[in-house]
Amino acid sequence: MSDSDLRDQIERASRPEGATDAAAAVRRFADRAQEEGLLDVAYAAADSPLGELLIAATPRGVVRVAYIDENVGREEVLEDLARRVSPRLLEAPGRLDDARRQLDDYFEGRRPGFDLPVDLSLVAPFTDRVLTRTAAIPPGQVLTYGEVATEIGHERAARAVGNALGSNPIPIVVPCHRVVRSGGGLGGYTGGVHRKKHLLGLEGGGQARR
Amino acid sequence: MALPPFQTFLDRHAAELMRFLVALTGPDEAEDCFQETCLATLRAYPSLPPDSNLRAWAFTIARHKAIDASRARACRPLPVAEAPEHGLPDAPDERDAWAPLRALPAKQRAAVFLRVAAELPHSEVARVLDCSEEAARRSAHEGLKRLRQEMT
Repeated sequence: MSDSDLRDQIERASRPEGATDAAAAVRRFADRAQEEGLLDVAYAAADSPLGELLIAATPRGVVRVAYIDENVGREEVLEDLARRVSPRLLEAPGRLDDARRQLDDYFEGRRPGFDLPVDLSLVAPFTDRVLTRTAAIPPGQVLTYGEVATEIGHERAARAVGNALGSNPIPIVVPCHRVVRSGGGLGGYTGGVHRKKHLLGLEGGGQARR
Repeated sequence: MALPPFQTFLDRHAAELMRFLVALTGPDEAEDCFQETCLATLRAYPSLPPDSNLRAWAFTIARHKAIDASRARACRPLPVAEAPEHGLPDAPDERDAWAPLRALPAKQRAAVFLRVAAELPHSEVARVLDCSEEAARRSAHEGLKRLRQEMT
């Protein structure tokens, strides 16, 4: 008997008919990890009119929403989460059912905004304040960078507010798209200005000021 | 190099871990052992040094889970269906593709799989089996010899 026959035999012996599919077993394991309290970060993919999204949540809430496209890959986002939050990270759509449903409803126009817990542990204190204020802007309204700066007590920090919003790890859900330039310009956006335009359009023009 | 996300680690290694467990414990117990292996690896994962040999580490844990399962099995009364393990000829059914491996002692079974199917170097086989490189080499050699005899 040749070595390659032997190899084939071992291959067959470890892969019999009816043996469990490893990928399915991994999916079952995600539930188990959640039950055991070992799932620090759960993630799932979601489709949207703005392209593929990756959503991730810790037990505290949504920690990341990322636009997946030619600029940002799925692996890159996951590696960043593993490094900055925890490597105990698994694809576990169950924990994200609510978030995915709300995103669907939002993009279909069935709900104006989100009612989801968020986990801002990825951001520095200044950004936290900017995002917390931003999260309170109602759908259909916008503030300027300068207005947000003033409201959090840093009236000369419009540029820093812009930077903080640019690093928003939870776009769409924390609506950084509702902050625009004074004088009518849209300003920048983490996923590209075309997406900002789309989101503001969805919310009723986005031209209404407070 | 940081540790990869656990999902990435599983995507890379789940299939061969499952096969390793099928080789060690047979098709019926492999899934349970696989779940236990995943749980143990996930538990320990964040405390691993980032430059760890994740593959050999995962095989090592899988082997321990297979040993635990076989000890637990030894304590249980044998269900009737398993009773004719000795004596009767192996049924030529598909699931019994495992039969040739089952006939080997557990350590040789592991060594043969790691060496031939997973293509680990002897030094890593030794690590997984927690023995000297020489002993790992011998286990693989003996196991292959026996498989050859059985299959001719």
